[in-house]
Amino acid sequence: MSLKNKLHNLKLKYKDKKMAPAFNAIHTFLYLPNEITHSGAHVRAADDLKRTMNTVIMALVPCLIFGIFNAGYQHNLATGELKEAADSFFSGEFWSWANASIGLWKVLPLVIISYGVGLAVEFLFAVIKGHEVEEGYLVTGMLVPLIVPVDTPLWMLAVAVIFGVVIGKEVFGGTGMNILNPALTIRAFLFFAYPTWMSGDKVWVHGAVERAGDIAGGAQLDAISGETVLGSLAQGKEISYGVSDMFLGFIPGSVGETSSLLILLGALFLIFTKIGSWRIMLSAVLGALAMGLIFNGVVSAEWISSGSKFYSLMSTEFWHHLIIGGFAFGVVFMATDPVTASQTNKGKWVYGFLIGFISILIRVFNPAYPEGVMLAILLMNVFAPTIDHYVVQGNIKKRMKRLKLKTA
Amino acid sequence: MAEVTEEKVEVKVKEPKEPLFSKKNKKLLTDPLADNNPITIQVLGICSALAITAQLKPSIVMAISVIFVLGIGNVVISLMRNIIPSKIRIIVQLVVVAALVIVVDQVLKAFAYSLSKELSVFIGLIITNCIIMGRFEAFALGNGPWKSFLDGIGNAAGYGVLLVIVAFFRELLGSGTLFGAKVLGDPIEKTGLYAFGYENNGFMVLAPMALITVGIIIWIQRSRNKELIEDH
Repeated sequence: MSLKNKLHNLKLKYKDKKMAPAFNAIHTFLYLPNEITHSGAHVRAADDLKRTMNTVIMALVPCLIFGIFNAGYQHNLATGELKEAADSFFSGEFWSWANASIGLWKVLPLVIISYGVGLAVEFLFAVIKGHEVEEGYLVTGMLVPLIVPVDTPLWMLAVAVIFGVVIGKEVFGGTGMNILNPALTIRAFLFFAYPTWMSGDKVWVHGAVERAGDIAGGAQLDAISGETVLGSLAQGKEISYGVSDMFLGFIPGSVGETSSLLILLGALFLIFTKIGSWRIMLSAVLGALAMGLIFNGVVSAEWISSGSKFYSLMSTEFWHHLIIGGFAFGVVFMATDPVTASQTNKGKWVYGFLIGFISILIRVFNPAYPEGVMLAILLMNVFAPTIDHYVVQGNIKKRMKRLKLKTA
Repeated sequence: MAEVTEEKVEVKVKEPKEPLFSKKNKKLLTDPLADNNPITIQVLGICSALAITAQLKPSIVMAISVIFVLGIGNVVISLMRNIIPSKIRIIVQLVVVAALVIVVDQVLKAFAYSLSKELSVFIGLIITNCIIMGRFEAFALGNGPWKSFLDGIGNAAGYGVLLVIVAFFRELLGSGTLFGAKVLGDPIEKTGLYAFGYENNGFMVLAPMALITVGIIIWIQRSRNKELIEDH
């Protein structure tokens, strides 16, 4: 008997029992269900929720693999194990086993905890509420490890995942009903609950916190510091990374967000498969560029002195904003979340543009929270239904007018 | 205050004398503690519940103050209920609360100055606490002084119990202390739980988490007692 049939029989055996949703979920996760509907006409299409989710995960895999290597690379570079920095994308200094082993050791636990805890909560709710397990967590579980610093303690991640899934999603009624993007809810929770682990110059490179502890204990070692580009700019420090480093992703940062090149690849894949909305991505980029240009204009008009604490981020060239920090990652993978984004095409333009616009605004004016894209997306998630409402109302009004013209 | 008029009892009929703690009177006292809690069921007085529950001590002082103000205030309003012209009753009620709140404020300033600093404006804002005006309107204006007294104490205690529950979790998880005592160990010297890498949850100290905590309490309460779930 094949595995599929075994699972099917298991499902039938537990039908109408308390644990039924759990077995059902395992079966439908691996295979198409055996049951077919008999009544009515149906449109047959292959793109169910599961396939949508899997497509996004496929788009995320390059970022994850790069993140694993980058975690090890940044660690080895900072400790001096690695003498030379990588000079091209396929550089042997970067794609080495030494980097991968450290990266896997640090990143895989994050992935396992994220999926394990999140799916456990999903299964629990499905069993208690007696509905089927929803696929919504598949993407969230992959996003979460990619948007946290590599040294995030695992128990903090677990607490945040429980909070994000329960308060961010389940209380609203589960997948498809949530107002806020669950992955960003999880990150926002971590950010406000444990700020020392989510910002500063010690958390982005594996081993920096430990090393700082050793030095405080009297060890004769060099301190490791790995400030993100955004963090350095927010404090007005010089940045030592070139534009190509920032674009290719050889910079410290959250696990999967650093490589703009691979994010761009993921974006093209999502647009090609029509899973992600190109309207949101494009308008968010336009919004960010617009805000960046405004700030550059303020600087070149000399309305702000170079002593101001906003100066260095304001004078950053406008297009650099696209490749530093989590902007690209957030816009491609989280602003396009079909549940929390605007649903109407016109609404998507407004929604995306404001995300880009507000991200850069927060970045520049709030040096304490330089990662503006998280807060911008969460804010626009809240406003998305309002935007849609006005788009729909506008359309109704337009049609009413047309109707009146005809009848008159 | 819009939704509280339904309890206004019909014009007083001469009732046979009932014992001080009859079943009905006891219910006045105990109902607001759980099934008719002013915060979780009537959703009144949320603002102060968010503002002062980061620590246990101010919450308890706040609870005692509200019990005092609402208990005495209900009696005073109940005694005056037949002579207050209904057009200006809100103003009369405000005067009564304001007088009582000032007494509380002055007592705190005299005997617990640091606490009064900590609670700052929120003692003064008891005047605007919806629970107080709500009970005056809904109960004291239509019932005798003893019943009003019980109702006042009951509702204020229901409010206080919730403050203390919320403050307990917020202080324990947010600062790792209870009444200022370091029950989870010392975060700087890394003793107790902190030795294992535990850290305080800074989000618990911020106001949004108070709202979420109240929300979770409402969730638990309604899933235990399905009758409380409103249909809409």
